[in-house]
Amino acid sequence: MLRLLFQRLLVSLLLIFLISLFVFGATELLPGDVAEVILGQSATPEAVANLRHALDLDRPAIMRYAEWMLGLVQGDPGVSLVNQRPIAELVGARFANTLMLAGITVAISVPPALLIGICAAIWRNSVFDRIASIGAVAVMSVPEFLVATLAVVVFAVNLGWVPAMAYATEITSLGQLVGSFALPILTLGLVVASQMIRLSRAAVLTALQEPYVEMARLKGASHRRVIWHHVMPNVVGALVNAAVLSTSFLVSGVLVTEVIFSYPGVAKLMVDAVATRDMPLIQTCAMIFAASYLALATLADIVAIIFNPRLKFQ
Amino acid sequence: MSVSEASARSRLLFARGGIISRGWRISWACILGLAVVLCWLGVAVLGQAIAPHGNGQIVSPDSFAPMTGAFPMGTDYLGRDMLSRVILAARYTVGMSIAAALVSSFVGATLGILAAVMPGAVDSVLSRLADAIIAVPNTMFALVVVAALGPSTPVLILTMAAMYAPGTLRITRALALNLSQSDFVQVARARGEGTPYIIWREILPNIIMPIMTDFGLRFVFIVLVLSGLSFLGFGVQPPAADWGALVRENMLGLSFAAPAVIFPALAIASLTIAVNLVLDNLPTRIEEE
Repeated sequence: MLRLLFQRLLVSLLLIFLISLFVFGATELLPGDVAEVILGQSATPEAVANLRHALDLDRPAIMRYAEWMLGLVQGDPGVSLVNQRPIAELVGARFANTLMLAGITVAISVPPALLIGICAAIWRNSVFDRIASIGAVAVMSVPEFLVATLAVVVFAVNLGWVPAMAYATEITSLGQLVGSFALPILTLGLVVASQMIRLSRAAVLTALQEPYVEMARLKGASHRRVIWHHVMPNVVGALVNAAVLSTSFLVSGVLVTEVIFSYPGVAKLMVDAVATRDMPLIQTCAMIFAASYLALATLADIVAIIFNPRLKFQ
Repeated sequence: MSVSEASARSRLLFARGGIISRGWRISWACILGLAVVLCWLGVAVLGQAIAPHGNGQIVSPDSFAPMTGAFPMGTDYLGRDMLSRVILAARYTVGMSIAAALVSSFVGATLGILAAVMPGAVDSVLSRLADAIIAVPNTMFALVVVAALGPSTPVLILTMAAMYAPGTLRITRALALNLSQSDFVQVARARGEGTPYIIWREILPNIIMPIMTDFGLRFVFIVLVLSGLSFLGFGVQPPAADWGALVRENMLGLSFAAPAVIFPALAIASLTIAVNLVLDNLPTRIEEE
């Protein structure tokens, strides 16, 4: 089992290396290069050459990649091209904001979604199962911004419970705190919960169709006993795996959510950076997202390995 | 063959839960989904001909006007007819997504079959490459490419194709590997058929249906990613607009729930949900039930 875990971690490290090559390589894909993009079309060749030298662009790409990677690992990803401020400073506070948004969303949405998914599988084809499954597929098959837009229309415009757009910069009361967080969390929560319901329902359904469940039923075990003593211990690993995997959908969901609600997080920072083509900032944000996503995927696999009863006695 | 079975094979029969035709049972959900998809395809093709107003034509002094007889979907932030905007945008959303999904499925399936019939170096390089691309979060992948190359139509189509081809590659490879162990492929090998014949005549006909289903799934994903990119401002650029871009440009109307922001969003949802309905309720052969 330890060998498997070690192999999995090694694969992740290799993947993050490949992703960093891709993210860094994207700047090299620029028609012309960053210096030309900054100075625009009317720049003289001398000005471009000067800036290229100032930005170290005249040195070989492999050297710049190595320096960029070293800086990133040491927590110094360089300077923003647009406002010359250190990227670490720009990202720092915003990363905490995004983590807070993600953390609250997971804490609120995963437990009920898990329960709904399990119940839907146990009461298969019941009205409850139909509603839960259709609801999950409906949320999954529409864009995240539609979920956000509908949430605003229903809760802010029609019901008037929360402010529509504003993210309060100075929060003075608990009501304001709930108000400014409610819709982003609701949007992200629905995205995560829909994945969670589908994955956990599938996990429990698969277990329910195993021969040992039929055997337990034939032995005369009660429905409750079959569920709690035979099925549940075997699906814990799959359920935790499902929870982590559905959490990874936060990474794409958070981009749209932060933009719609102008939430000051890393995703909003990255989208603004793409708009101004601030490549160093884009690279850092992209690495943060890729690393988070990969970390969650790795965690899901590790959980699956640890909870796999077949590997326990090897 | 009994009389009723014979008649079921020869003509349409209306049955509980759907239609029976030539031994296939087609559910109402599938028919409804197909109808919506075909309807949007028609709108995408006929766009210019059926739109009541031109794309940039300002037809009303009111911005974000409510739904009226003259403007069934209201007007947008400049006072343009929303119905025409949605009709004309269908071409971009549907057309670009189909193009990207076709490229993605074709490349993914071809490489997947290659990986399956050429074990060893080719297989491991292709599979590892696919794993690496799958490990990058999709929207972020697209954002980095668009930041570098700019959001032109070919860049968008190829980026989305590159994002989803690895998924198709994995599935096709698994299906083809399974088949290459089956008896009829072994027999074909034993009687001395070459690899191209085995791929074309033995493997492909047996995996074409799952590949088509996979194509539908990729299409849904691509519609969602393209709309998301356009919504963020990095997809289809003005003056052209797809449905995601329409939602973006009318976001100001969201605080009072203007129809201009609701209808393009509903258009996306109707398309993706319709494709999902078809995929979840594919026609079944009666013998298989």
